[in-house]
Amino acid sequence: MLDDFINQFWPSTIDGLSLGAIYALLALGYTMVYGVLRLINFAHADIFMAGTFAALWTVRGLGVSDLNGIALIGVVALCGVVAGAVAGGGAMLLEVVAYRPLRKRGASRLAALISAIGASIFIQQLFATVLVPWIFGTSKEGGKLPVSEHFREMTTVISIGPIEITNVALIIFFGAVLMMVALDQFVNRTRLGRGIRSTAQDPETAVLMGVNIDRVVSVTFVVGGVMAGVAAALYFLRFEQTEYFVGFLLGIKAFTAAVLGGIGNIRGALVGGFVLGLLEMYGSSIFGSEWRDVVAFTLLILILMFRPTGILGESLQRARA
Amino acid sequence: MERLGTLRRNMMRVAGAVAMSAVLALGAVACGDDGGGSGDGDSITIGFMGDLTGENSGLVIPPKQGAELAIEQYNATNPEVKINLKTYDSQGKPEQATTLALGAVKNDKIVGLIGPAFSGESQSVGPILEEAKIPSVSPSATSITLAEKGWKYWHRVVADDAVQSTGAATFLSGSAGAKKVFTVHDNQDYGKGLADAIGAAVKAKGVTTQTDAVDDNATDYSSTVNKIMDFKPDAVYFGGYYAVAGRLFKQLAEAGYEGKMMSGDGSLAKELITGTGQENAQGALLSCGCLIDTAGETNANAKKFADDYKAKFGSEVAIYSTEGYDAATAFIEAVKAGNTKPEEINEFLKTVSFDGVGKPIKFDQNGELAAQDIFIYEVQGNVIKLLGNANEAKVS
Repeated sequence: MLDDFINQFWPSTIDGLSLGAIYALLALGYTMVYGVLRLINFAHADIFMAGTFAALWTVRGLGVSDLNGIALIGVVALCGVVAGAVAGGGAMLLEVVAYRPLRKRGASRLAALISAIGASIFIQQLFATVLVPWIFGTSKEGGKLPVSEHFREMTTVISIGPIEITNVALIIFFGAVLMMVALDQFVNRTRLGRGIRSTAQDPETAVLMGVNIDRVVSVTFVVGGVMAGVAAALYFLRFEQTEYFVGFLLGIKAFTAAVLGGIGNIRGALVGGFVLGLLEMYGSSIFGSEWRDVVAFTLLILILMFRPTGILGESLQRARA
Repeated sequence: MERLGTLRRNMMRVAGAVAMSAVLALGAVACGDDGGGSGDGDSITIGFMGDLTGENSGLVIPPKQGAELAIEQYNATNPEVKINLKTYDSQGKPEQATTLALGAVKNDKIVGLIGPAFSGESQSVGPILEEAKIPSVSPSATSITLAEKGWKYWHRVVADDAVQSTGAATFLSGSAGAKKVFTVHDNQDYGKGLADAIGAAVKAKGVTTQTDAVDDNATDYSSTVNKIMDFKPDAVYFGGYYAVAGRLFKQLAEAGYEGKMMSGDGSLAKELITGTGQENAQGALLSCGCLIDTAGETNANAKKFADDYKAKFGSEVAIYSTEGYDAATAFIEAVKAGNTKPEEINEFLKTVSFDGVGKPIKFDQNGELAAQDIFIYEVQGNVIKLLGNANEAKVS
């Protein structure tokens, strides 16, 4: 058991970091929406799913194969732009259709939660029964099957002793970190970012100070959606396959990462994503892959027992905001 | 969150169970007792039951077409007693199959049933046919437990999962020359059963083994891949279905694994190649109790069958189409010999012996096929090619 852990330490670490980067990007959407609206946006996972299909569509449209090096980075960036646009637009639409009417009527948070679940199921079925058969020309039943498109080559680019890093892992990690830094700067340095922070801190005072809440909420959804879109492009780079159901498990993991880091806390979501990714990998190298989620969630509970507000805590975000 | 998770998970479980039962059930045959002709005395009705429109229909439509072809060819000879084939779409669901079976016995007066295709539905339809004394022959149900029920009217024309694991183990440790085997499964009854049985069988031949499981809802199998790379096996055997097999084999190949990759009948579909990626899938091996022999390498009948099948349906023979044809032929032989009552047909099936388009068809006392053949397939280009019987197949 411990031998396995030691022998598989480096590959586990690298896989954990690249998986964690995707969790973290996705967790940002959950945590930002929670910060502003105190709402868990369950349909976020399905916005991500829409992004994976956008990335697939882009690659198929380009008709490329066996990409490597700079060309691969370029195509992934393009996928990120397309998927980000689709997911960002989708998230904005989702907010207008599923949440805003409830918010305007002062409905309870539970009502919004039900709306979120409904939107999630709606988006999945829309893809499975209409969009996938229509866009990818599969039969009607084929809409629920995975769609794959092989477009890149996986090669080892860095090799130091037992550490072997592939081009794919490298792009995922640095692509995600780049987006995280950009988001952090956006929230902390720009006027819109200040609006988001003030709304998260105290919505009523924010309104009194002239912050347009509707606009802030919209921006929050779009930014979260764009992050999900980039995560989708990176996910597609790694797995080259997607299906209508793909957001489900990843969404749960990303939500977990957000809670682990401290829900509502942007930097917490990043930490949570990486910690969860690494915990899963180390846990399964020691106990076997069937224990992967058990180990990760047991540790999650332990962490929350001692730090009920997550690793970085909700309060940090309030203080910084 | 919890609730939603549980709900979806349940949906997945149901889907998985259906898929599994589809594969397992492909082989059961029902024996009927009375019912006889449907009116005018010179025609009788035989049923075909399985998932014809559900999500695993890809495994059931080929045997249905095989059966259709056999009966069409028989009726074209202007026999004294013609056979009608009536299809029952159970969608692989045991409860639906039960209702359909009752209707088939009472209203349609079937004299025999080809199917049910999946093991799960076979479990619930078996007792009904037993009571009604209607013989059945399944083309594809491979669950071991079906033959242990003591049913007198049940048969199948495919070897069960125990035979498959022995065959695959013989092949792996024999001609594939594996000294270290890593088994992976999807934690479901079918996949785990198969992978564990193969692990035990190769171990008995002196092979070192290790095992791991993957979550069929997840897409990232890197922890399993890391374990495999650490163990450095000569072969990896995956028990489960093609969607997961495709993802696993892809991630394995991309991590630089160079040994053999092998799976069972649940992965024997072209989607395995698309999921893995054609380049990575080259040389992947599959074991199955079914025979898919488009070139007629195993016997002369197979070639003619493959050609006729292609002419009629416009597609190559696929998984279990050969078994569907042979199951129908067993009934046709009975009718040819002048048996038109379910009880007579069941008596005849006890002694039936002919060369099918796949295997020699002859049943043991418990309804199990006497010939216990397992065939090995290999991915070559974009097709899954037959290598031969597990005892003699050579890795190319």
